[in-house]
Order: sequence, then structure tokens, then C-alpha cells
Amino acid sequence: MKVKLQHVAHARSGDKGNTSNISVFAYLPEFYPLLKQQLTAERFKAFYADAIKGKVTRYEVDKLEAMNFVCEGALGGGVSRSLCLDNYGKALSAAILGFEIEVPDAMASKLVGQHLLS
Amino acid sequence: MKSSIRIGSGAAWWGDRVEPAALNAEKGDLDYLCFETMAEATVSAAQVRARREPSFPGYDTYLDDRMRAVLPACMKRGTKIITNQGWINPDAAAQRVVHWLNEFGYKGVKVASVNGSLITEHVLDLTETILENGQPTASLKSTLISAEVYLGAEPIVEALKAGAQIVITGRVADPSIFMAPMMYEFGWDPLDHIKLGQGNGIGHLLECGAQVTGGYFSDPGFKDVPEPWNFGFPIAEVSPDGSAVFSKVAGTGGAITAQTVKEQLLYEVHDPANYLTPDVVVDFTTAEIEDLGSDRVRVSKIGGKPRTPTFKVSMGCTEGFIGEDMFFYAGPGALRRAQLAKKILEERFKIVNLVAEEIRIDYLGLNAIHGDATPASAPEPYEIALRVAARTKTREEAAKVGREVDGMAVSGIAHTGKRVPHQDRTREVIGVWSALVDRNKIIPSVRYFES
Repeated sequence: MKVKLQHVAHARSGDKGNTSNISVFAYLPEFYPLLKQQLTAERFKAFYADAIKGKVTRYEVDKLEAMNFVCEGALGGGVSRSLCLDNYGKALSAAILGFEIEVPDAMASKLVGQHLLS
Repeated sequence: MKSSIRIGSGAAWWGDRVEPAALNAEKGDLDYLCFETMAEATVSAAQVRARREPSFPGYDTYLDDRMRAVLPACMKRGTKIITNQGWINPDAAAQRVVHWLNEFGYKGVKVASVNGSLITEHVLDLTETILENGQPTASLKSTLISAEVYLGAEPIVEALKAGAQIVITGRVADPSIFMAPMMYEFGWDPLDHIKLGQGNGIGHLLECGAQVTGGYFSDPGFKDVPEPWNFGFPIAEVSPDGSAVFSKVAGTGGAITAQTVKEQLLYEVHDPANYLTPDVVVDFTTAEIEDLGSDRVRVSKIGGKPRTPTFKVSMGCTEGFIGEDMFFYAGPGALRRAQLAKKILEERFKIVNLVAEEIRIDYLGLNAIHGDATPASAPEPYEIALRVAARTKTREEAAKVGREVDGMAVSGIAHTGKRVPHQDRTREVIGVWSALVDRNKIIPSVRYFES
């Protein structure tokens, strides 16, 4: 079954200059291999389209069941130069929660936010 | 040596709430209360303000509020305070704190100021290359406002060794503010990268305050925390090996769980195996996070690698202005009207010859936050704001944005909602650039004051 990422992972973004780091954390250990396999740096960058102008580097932190996506050119030239209302990109991490991920049907009952599954 | 010390957070940024700091001072049973109040452009903005307003003292504008709220409880308990509220004038901040100590009747309290991070006059001699674009730092000569080094924990440790109960700094790397007490109390060698890696990692978790106790976390239906209007700031009970148990004052809202700690562990981190700080290179990939229940989480085994031979320097430069305004549509067809309004603005900017480096016109309610990452399938909203911003070389050009939005009042289209333009619609841009400087060239100094 395909579900939005928000049912298997949570996320937070942070800023440094013109680079946003968006980290993604599996809710459960068994979700982590799905993230690693499907949420590649290439797909991540494609999902954000032109909102990320530069390179996306993916760092894996297996012990935390987390991945950190370092996104260059994502903050409109830097926090102080940005013309975006959210100039720190604090809300940027929410977008990836809409990424569609394939989950084995057997895991359906483990998905987080069951009543919000669409 | 103490078997453990309790370090609490008092602020994660300049605008942070004061009441959780007071609560930590009163009920946290703290050995140290630490405040982080600076953002990337804080020093440059303070320099600009000091030039315009000779009466601006150059330290945290909330210094009085924060110190009045925590000093009595800290003095009573013997809690030491470490804070970077000195901004561009740590001496004046220290003297101001002495003033409050005297007001409250606490005599003989030693207050230290840590100087030496400001290197505006020498930065072009001490640095070569701008990290972001590879250009020579000399290219910033005509626009440079301020340059500051991110100092490490050592000068704070020096002040503590000299008996300071309150230490006020200018720019110090955020985690170092929180690690200095560990180095002092446990006698860590500044080159012991194993202990400093662990300690700096704990400092990193503390420096964003409520972001580890349930702030910047709630997502209804997915990640809910109790009373998200009543957060406590974190407290770390740190052992001599640098491992720590995180907790918060009982009765506060929010939560400390493995999830809140993990999110904060990678916050503003790039390569998690190599997080560069002035004191040590931190490796978060080895961290162990153990949820003990009841809002207690143990963090251990954060790794460390030897520090680099350089400090990071941050340089603030004048880079022009941003003009910005917005107006509103609602009801059926709101988006269509906003689309026509956008077209009108684009044509008007040509007519008035707006000279801008970049112009951005968003539909707030549809795509103003995620921009090009907004899905094509996003539903059409019932209400929408048309928001326009332009970055320009001069304030006069930036002002054209607001003036053209003014024109939308009677010369716009049907059903245009607008604010009376009382607010300032232009602001100055202070661009921030980075470089590296040989750490041996930077000599911090500590001064002492007494109530």
C-alpha cells in the first residue's frame, strides 16, 4: 500500500546560511529500511523541485533510524537575504511528509495517525 | 569531584520566553543556568543599531527581564549563570548585572565578561577565503559591518576557575556555553576529545531549549504532547563521563522522549559524524538514546574527534534592502482575483522601473511557504493573501513595493482587502558570510566585576 511519509516518519528542519538540513526519523525500527530504500537523495531533491536549487546530500544515522538531508541553496540566498516569508525554512520539513512511500500491507496496523490515513 | 551536575537552559534565542527560565531557576535545583540569545546576524544588527542609537548599550535587549527573573533564585540556590547576552558589549552587560545584584542586595558576587570574539578591524588580515563562494574576504571590505569569531568553552572555564558566579560572553559557539561547566567541574582537558565530544553533544541538545522538551514538535494526530502552551526548558544531569539524563521541571507541559531528543540531535547538523565546533568535532552517529519514561531520557556514547586548527568567523555585511507588503482576497474566485492582482503588480513594477535583484510574488494560503515544492494538486483556498517582496540595492527602490501595493486600494480589482500602511515596509539586509581563522591568532580576554 502507498501512504504519505507522515505515517511512517517524522521530520525537522534546521538552517545554516543558504543550506537547510531536513532530518527524517522512522517512527518504528521496521520502517527505517523502507525509508532508506525509497527516500533517496535524488527523489528527495526531485520532490522539492525548484525549492532546492543546489545539491542534496543524504547522511544515514542507522543507530537513530534517521537520515539527514543536507539541502544546498534551499533558503533563498540565506536567512537574511531570503524573500520567503518562512526565511529560516522552519516549515520546509513538513513538505516531505507528503512524499508517497510503499509500505507492505502487513505493516498497515503499525502506521502512525491511523485516523488520518487518506 | 561532584558525581553529577545539573545544567538547565534559560533561553534558546533572543525572543525566547522568560518564565521557563525563572521556573528552572526556582524549581530546577540547578548548578548552572545557561542562556543562548544570539542568531547568525545578531552581532551585525547590534552594530548597525549602535551606530544609529548611541544610547544602545549593545547587549541583549532582554537582559534586564531575564536577570531580574532568575537572579534571586539563582543566588539563593548558588546556581551559576553562563550567558552570551553580552552581544557586542559583554563588559556593559556584566556591569548591568552587577547593578541588579546590588539592587537585590547580593554583595560580593563575582561577574566575568568574556571578550575577544569581535575582530572586525583585523578580519581581512586574518582570513583569506569566503567559505560560501570561494571569493577573497577582502572583497567584503567596503560593506563589512562586523566580524566575530565563534569562541569555544575555554575562556568561560577560565572565568569559572577564577571564581566567577556569573559569566557573560559575546559570541561563543552555542553548545560550548553549556559544556563549559562540565569541563570546569569534572576537570576535563580541553584536548580530551572523547569527553568533549560527549559534552558538546549534550550542549547541542540543551542550546535550543524547548526544542528538546516538546517545542517545535507537536503535529496533531501524529505527535501530540501535553499542554503545548506550558513548556519547561530542559535540564541535563551530567555525569563525569559526559553522559546525561534529560528532564524538566515537574508540572510543565511538553514531553521528553526518544523522539524529541532525536529530532534535536540532528537539528542544524550537516554531516552527523563530523559536527564542527570550536572545542571538538562531534560524532552523533554513535549516540545512544534511552527513554527512561516519565519525561526522562538518557543520552550517552556521543563520539568526539580532535578539534580543528581553525575557528569559524562570521562576517556581517550591508547588502541592500527588502521591500515587502501583502493584501487579501476571499470568497469564490479568490485565487483568480489574486492572479490578476499579481499581473497588475508585475506591469506596475515595469512602469515605475523597479530595479531589484529578485522579486517574489506569492499566494499566501497556497504557495508562499513551500514555493516550488507546493504540490500541483494543492486545493484552492477560500481566502488568499497576495504577498510581494523585492530585494534591492537602495531603500528608495524597496519602498516602491509598498507604494505599488498602496495603489491597489482604489486602482486595484474588485473585493481587494488591504491594510492601512502603518507598518514599516522596508528593511535592511545584513548578509552573513563565513571564513576560517587560525585559532592561535585569537586571544580571548576575561574581565571581572563584583557587586
